[in-house]
Amino acid sequence: MSKKSFRQAINEALRQEMQRDPRVILMGEDIAGGQGGTAGVVDAWGGVLGVTKGLYTEFGANRVFDTPISEASYIGAAVGAAATGLRPVAELMFVDFVGCCLDQIMNQAAKFRYMFGGKARTPLVIRAMYGAGFNAAAQHSQALYPLFTHIPGLKVVVPSSPYEAKGLLIEAIRDDDPVIFLENKVMYDDEEEVPDEPYSIPFGEANLTREGDDVTIVAFGRMVNFANEAADRLEKDGISCTVVDPRTTSPLDSATILECVEDTGRLVIVDESSPRCNMATDVAALVAEQAFDALKAPIRQVVPPHTPVPFATVLEKLYLPDSARIESAVRSVMAYKKAKQDA
Amino acid sequence: MTDLITPITMPKFGLAMTEGKITSWNVSPGAQIDVGQEIADIETTKITNGYESPATGTLRRQVATEGETLPVGALLGVLADPTVSDADLDAFIEKFQSDFSSGSADTAQTDHAEPTLVTVGELTLRVQEAGQGEDTPLIFIHGFGGDLSNWMLNQNDLAGSRKTIAFDLPGHGGSTKTVGDGKPATFAATTSALMDKLGLAQAHVVGHSLGGAIALELLKTFPQKVASLSLIAPAGLGRAINMDFIDGFISADRRKTLEPVLHYLVHDKTLISRRMVEDIIRFKRLDGALQSLQTIATSCFPDGKQADDLKPVLTSFSGSAQIIWGADDEVLSPTDAKGLPDSIEVITLEQTGHMPQLEKAAEVNAAISKIIK
Repeated sequence: MSKKSFRQAINEALRQEMQRDPRVILMGEDIAGGQGGTAGVVDAWGGVLGVTKGLYTEFGANRVFDTPISEASYIGAAVGAAATGLRPVAELMFVDFVGCCLDQIMNQAAKFRYMFGGKARTPLVIRAMYGAGFNAAAQHSQALYPLFTHIPGLKVVVPSSPYEAKGLLIEAIRDDDPVIFLENKVMYDDEEEVPDEPYSIPFGEANLTREGDDVTIVAFGRMVNFANEAADRLEKDGISCTVVDPRTTSPLDSATILECVEDTGRLVIVDESSPRCNMATDVAALVAEQAFDALKAPIRQVVPPHTPVPFATVLEKLYLPDSARIESAVRSVMAYKKAKQDA
Repeated sequence: MTDLITPITMPKFGLAMTEGKITSWNVSPGAQIDVGQEIADIETTKITNGYESPATGTLRRQVATEGETLPVGALLGVLADPTVSDADLDAFIEKFQSDFSSGSADTAQTDHAEPTLVTVGELTLRVQEAGQGEDTPLIFIHGFGGDLSNWMLNQNDLAGSRKTIAFDLPGHGGSTKTVGDGKPATFAATTSALMDKLGLAQAHVVGHSLGGAIALELLKTFPQKVASLSLIAPAGLGRAINMDFIDGFISADRRKTLEPVLHYLVHDKTLISRRMVEDIIRFKRLDGALQSLQTIATSCFPDGKQADDLKPVLTSFSGSAQIIWGADDEVLSPTDAKGLPDSIEVITLEQTGHMPQLEKAAEVNAAISKIIK
């Protein structure tokens, strides 16, 4: 056990699974990094933000390879490799690039098990960076997990910390279905204690990072940290919050969300993806339909505006949900008084 | 005058504790305090516990206020003889605070180093050492599904003038997930090898639950290594065991299913915190942990009964031995300690479950202190 960054935790998960299972291969743009040029430098980058660094040197060119800048071809190749016996981990770099290869994911990988009568397995992991706050502009900052969550046949993981990332990525690699694993690029240097040994965290089981009586906050990915900050501040004022990290948006641990709302009677959902048809609307619908009687106040969503992610630093900061906005949403549901029925 | 003044400082309940919050003072200034009396409730990230006074005297000042969070070693209050003047008290407190703020917070950490990894043959064991000195060392052996943190309320307390060792058994905590046949005798051999590796020719042995059976196997095979024996709710003295606990512990893979199983461990169910459940789930998620537990359960508790009868080993031991058992143990039965020779003291603690070292740490520590003197 030692302190590891989000980046190191992901690197360690890849390394340990590659050591354990020779069928695990990595492919993506610049993930080996450097050896394609004329400078003779090998393993220089390890992906644009250094997540796969060192793996090319350890496992060689047969298991870690750079692909052409053609998502349609290499994601398609990864899907085929998975269907025929390998366990590829393909890196899409920025998730925003999924538009170039959505058919391979949505119409092929996601459908194989269903359309081949349960006889096909597609043990594919697609890793990609998501999220705003990195000043990377509108085409490199989206949080597209609702897009994948919408597609039956895909599993979608949004880890919230280094410990979570390692265990969930190992689970993803061992899973026999296609898994989309989304890493918030602002979190790569976040650190916490992570076991040195391999371990796996099951999908579809929410983690409660805080437990309280007054308000349930459901948050995804990086937003879990903001929700924890808000909950800790509110605790000092006597407002105690449960913070639910669903870990995976598909499958979604609806049971835990509903139980927490039954306990607290109030719900705030924090989602950094665009607000129409996102996880916040999904969870709000779930609770409105199945826990309506438990609600003491309207459900509040803390989400960005329905616009592309701005490039200007000041506007990008305004765009993203933060702990202050979560705190004020919690205070607003606490202050809510129901109008008299007969008034 | 300072020899009449005793500072009361933030205790270190657990290995991971760096600070604590005074949730309440249970005594007022002017009260006469006895050693062992609960003077305050202190909350950490893992546990809320009564703080028992380390000394006798009159509580003259409450320096820390209720609700305040302070680092380990910080001044909470001052005990002093009524003859000590207020001026002397003020001077004492001022000096303590200036010494403390000038870096003693760091030194409070130094004798509680992080656990280290020790290679023993083909195994890597996670080992927590505390204390040093010439007195015979002490080794703690945890039970089924436990780890070295089971001793978080005991190790530092007993580490005065001796080296103390807590470690994760193979298959547990941060140690290698290789358990061989999973029998107590095998774990005893590993314990002996660890003692050799650490240069401990002999040690006082404290074993809890399955760790008690391991301690008895250690005594059987390596009698010269055992200076005294303190068995806490030990296995190996009877046949019955609560298999709902064992099977439930193995099969539970979620917080919701594990929490009720952990309730078997304690009399006061509120001790099972969310954090504790999460820590155990984290251990169970490690590759190989589940198979290790299954192997041990199959070897030690075939057909739902304890396999090994180690009572003869205990009765033939010529050294000091004692048994500490919670009267409300829901995993193993305190009646297993009946019918032993009078030379073996049996301490039964009321309103206590299967983990007296956690629920009644002060009593357990006092009993162990006595036998290792």
